[in-house]
Amino acid sequence: MSETDAGEETSGKFGEYGGQYVPEALMPAISELDDAYRRYVLDNEDGFMDEFRTRLREFGGRPTPLQHAETLSSRYGFDVYLKREDLLHGGAHKLNNALGQVLLAKYMGKERIIAETGAGQHGTATAMAAAHLDMDCEVFMGERDINRQRPNVFRMRLNGAELNPVSTGSGTLKEATNEAMREWATTVEDTHYVIGSVVGPHPFPTMVRGFQSVIGTEAKRQMEEKIGALPDSVLACAGGGSNTMGAFDAFVEDDTVSLVAVEAGGSSLKIDEEEDLAPNSASLSIGEEGVLHGARTKLLQNSDGQILESHSVSAGLDYAGVGPELADLVDSDRVRAVSVGDDAALSAFHRLSRLEGIIPALETSHALAYLEEIESPGEHIVVNVSGRGDKDLESVIEETEKRDIESAPTMEVFE
Amino acid sequence: MSAIRAAFEDTDAALVPYITAGDPDPDATAAQVRALADGGADVIELGLPFSEPIADGPTIQNAIQRALDAGMTPDRFFDLVASLDVDVPLVCMTYYNLIYQYGQERGVEPFVEAAAEAGLAGLIVPDLPVEESDTLKSACDFHDIDLVFIVAPTTRGERLERVLERVSGFVYVQARLGTTGARADVSDQTHDSLARLAEADVPRAVGFGVSNGEHAREIVAAGAEGVVAGSVFVDIIAQEGTDAADELEATARELKEGAVAGVAPRPERT
Repeated sequence: MSETDAGEETSGKFGEYGGQYVPEALMPAISELDDAYRRYVLDNEDGFMDEFRTRLREFGGRPTPLQHAETLSSRYGFDVYLKREDLLHGGAHKLNNALGQVLLAKYMGKERIIAETGAGQHGTATAMAAAHLDMDCEVFMGERDINRQRPNVFRMRLNGAELNPVSTGSGTLKEATNEAMREWATTVEDTHYVIGSVVGPHPFPTMVRGFQSVIGTEAKRQMEEKIGALPDSVLACAGGGSNTMGAFDAFVEDDTVSLVAVEAGGSSLKIDEEEDLAPNSASLSIGEEGVLHGARTKLLQNSDGQILESHSVSAGLDYAGVGPELADLVDSDRVRAVSVGDDAALSAFHRLSRLEGIIPALETSHALAYLEEIESPGEHIVVNVSGRGDKDLESVIEETEKRDIESAPTMEVFE
Repeated sequence: MSAIRAAFEDTDAALVPYITAGDPDPDATAAQVRALADGGADVIELGLPFSEPIADGPTIQNAIQRALDAGMTPDRFFDLVASLDVDVPLVCMTYYNLIYQYGQERGVEPFVEAAAEAGLAGLIVPDLPVEESDTLKSACDFHDIDLVFIVAPTTRGERLERVLERVSGFVYVQARLGTTGARADVSDQTHDSLARLAEADVPRAVGFGVSNGEHAREIVAAGAEGVVAGSVFVDIIAQEGTDAADELEATARELKEGAVAGVAPRPERT
């Protein structure tokens, strides 16, 4: 089911998952986008893909390095390679997709870009891409996330984006996505909605995966150059799943490569039925099939089908759904879904900072934390460092103070 | 003929009000429905609240939140519908995930069966485009429930034909782009949409932004067979809480009279 032959590439269904579940007013926009995606992205009409690759290289800074992590490797007894998406312009893998979609919107003749963001990385990347390509840009962001990701909020504004705070519900990504969809339904004729992950109605999951697949394609080539072989496994954190699918796509056909999606286990994997909330964001691990934000996929929901509030120390993983293709790859056992909790992720954040001189995003820290637990790693593991952690420092200071983390610095002496 | 179709046939200008079931609490809904019927409603839409109402604006979104906070669930919704004593056909408006998750086994059949047993005459599912509607349409046909589709100002050509092949009861004509919510005027998009749907063999009811009798009159004068109004009623419930019945009835009456006045527009008085 994961073959990417030409038919499957554009069908929008991944086994039982995917599809287009959106208000009628959006259907023409989605058809128009699907048509543009086929012409410009799949068929390279007007040299779209050539321009995209050039801009990714010159504006984005691709290719990103695949770094052998020496200290981590000696710690674990197997070779750890870090795919350094944190070194991409903007500090996260998000630019691959944002640049692709903003450029596509420009080719389509749209005048305005809207986006939703959780951690702010996608909003930041979209604001940068929009500034770079001279498009108007508005970003929807939950109020709670605005408070925990202030540096990215300011970065978006620096790039000229207008920020729309969303106060409904838990004030996180789910609500920001609802609001962006509503805005799109109102302004669909001149506006493109840049969805930030491999979620949403077709063609978004396929298209975003395509723009992100450069991560795994580069990593595969780089492993060939370094060791002359494929890695034994590839690890990536999974919220919506864009860095996950980006890192995995090139390896899906290579059966010898184990693909591991690491979700946010939050404070517990158990759903709190009384409060109707999931103290985690592990929809691949404990979610049930359902329909949200335009696609059929695995969701954190109660038995009535109401979507649960999710939780993660990482705003970027805090989402009740996941990409439909990833859900299908997990069902077909091609991808293994695991989870690590908030505590382990924070420890991993400090560990990588101390041991390797790389401050990782809290999202990435989940994938890094799983290195401590991995059972049959093989000799060579690639970990996708999806982004850098500067944006998370305020959260990390606050959360670190609540815990006893080995080697973690404090701000105490300065206060 | 379905109950909804019959209700439209009985009048040249149908009023289809919407309220969210369970707002502000499940007990209040019965009195609200009776008030709307007394005010002249021909078909009543009852919202079954879903936590992520992406097709609704802030007014109905808040109503949905109030209803969820008050404990509304699909089971309570069906119990409530079954207990209502009104002659007006009732339509359930909800989102696809609630339909899909209902019952022990996932799939649409248990929900549609429960809807039919409770006495609902139709379903409106704003996040289910015609392309994804095969199984729900079959289940609705089997249980003699109408499946109402929304036609947007952007729905044209082949898409429009596909919708018209499937729709039953009435076609819900979205007056303008965007989400639900009371507006100050009637959009030009309404006239274009009604013209595109001139050949449809189901009644056309226009909604999204309809908030007073004058809107209703204009819409019917433009050729529609009915008007749908939601946020104006939900606003009353938001303000009056459990005591909204009288004002709901008065507003329904104003809208119904407006709609009827649109059938044979009188010359402007000087």
